[in-house]
Amino acid sequence: MRTDPLYAQVIAVLQAIAPEVEAEDLVPGEPLRRQVDLDSMDWLNFLIGLHRAFQVDIPESDYARLVTLDDVADYLQKKTGSGTTRSG
Amino acid sequence: MIDFTLPALGADMTEGKLLEWKVKPGDAVRRGQVVAVVDTSKAAVDVEIWQDGTVAQLLVRPGETVPVGTPMARLLAPGELPVARSRVSPAARQRAATLGIALESIAGSGPEGAVTLEDVERTAAAAATPAAAVASVPAGTGVGKVADMRAAIGAAMSRSKREIPHYYLAESVPMRRAQEWLETFNAGRPLPERLLMAVLPIKAVALALRKFPELNGFYRNGAFEAGKGIHVGVAIALRQGGLVAPALHDAADKPLAVIMQELSDLVQRARSASLRSSELADATVTVTNLGDQGVESVFGVIYPPQVALVGLGRVSLRPWAEEGVVRAVPVMQATLSADHRVSDGHRGALFLNEVRERLQHPETL
Repeated sequence: MRTDPLYAQVIAVLQAIAPEVEAEDLVPGEPLRRQVDLDSMDWLNFLIGLHRAFQVDIPESDYARLVTLDDVADYLQKKTGSGTTRSG
Repeated sequence: MIDFTLPALGADMTEGKLLEWKVKPGDAVRRGQVVAVVDTSKAAVDVEIWQDGTVAQLLVRPGETVPVGTPMARLLAPGELPVARSRVSPAARQRAATLGIALESIAGSGPEGAVTLEDVERTAAAAATPAAAVASVPAGTGVGKVADMRAAIGAAMSRSKREIPHYYLAESVPMRRAQEWLETFNAGRPLPERLLMAVLPIKAVALALRKFPELNGFYRNGAFEAGKGIHVGVAIALRQGGLVAPALHDAADKPLAVIMQELSDLVQRARSASLRSSELADATVTVTNLGDQGVESVFGVIYPPQVALVGLGRVSLRPWAEEGVVRAVPVMQATLSADHRVSDGHRGALFLNEVRERLQHPETL
């Protein structure tokens, strides 16, 4: 299980949408929506949560790249530049 | 005097448990105001009052479970004066003054309707909200709650299958134009302002229903009653299991952005169990969307006393012949389950065609 702060913040955003999720049950490299029952409204709210938490824009054309939690964390890492999210 | 009775918040509700009063005797209330929170088998519901008036007396205490139709409070109609009551015991008068309760709001149980000390205490107790008791009952969670909801859904769906002669129709709807329009719409907008595909068919259904009033309304007491508005019930799956289908009011009159906002709000409140009574009781038709992560088509069970349900499936690429050429086109199955006591397949087919046509012109939705 990943332990870096950015990943932990992603999980916190996810848990706001799906409170039943336990961090240790998630496999970062597996497709997220195969592990957690997220409909398109949940998915959009997850992205809106990330948008607010990390102050990044996520164009719709990038949605297809965000399949696993690793994808999401790596994407946010690149968008925010390393180290800038640790204060959050 | 007007009796405010416990409303039926859906066909599957027979009783409700009062969790909290939001008003007290003497309060002026406006039509549409939330006056109580009632726990049903599905959720804690903010119950709205349907007339203006002044609360005279609260008849049910928080924690009590009562059948639908039970008077819960008495109201004075606007302009109505409280009945003069001369007989009040001195102890009751003093106690009422201490507690700040209007004597006119208390039903007397003594000789000749005299208000006794006990009446004052009872009225005070009914008005008080036992905060601890409410907090210890998180509505919409727990094993018992899930079982209750399953039983309620079972009862409503059994009634539907027993009483409603369903007929079923399906139509393939090309969604290329809708998808392209949506991509362009969303491309220039920040995340919180983007639309989901789900709102386009909801609007298309609402607009199509204007031409097919026989699919929008209720079958009650052996006759059809056309809906007074087009209030689309949207089926929302709850995370702990079960579902609710709260109403998106006047969906045909609202821009897509407003429908999106309201849908998002409904989903959130359905899942946190804070829906309003009008949302649970008003839907004139239901739309269920099982396309998300789901299936190609759904033939739904009508939610009585409604007379139609529209099912939406997944949008997926299919070979599609258009203008003599076969292309890969995103296609969605739209289905209709409708009540044969009210409409026929011919009209149902025309309705689904109208929905399909509406979705070919997304810019007009």
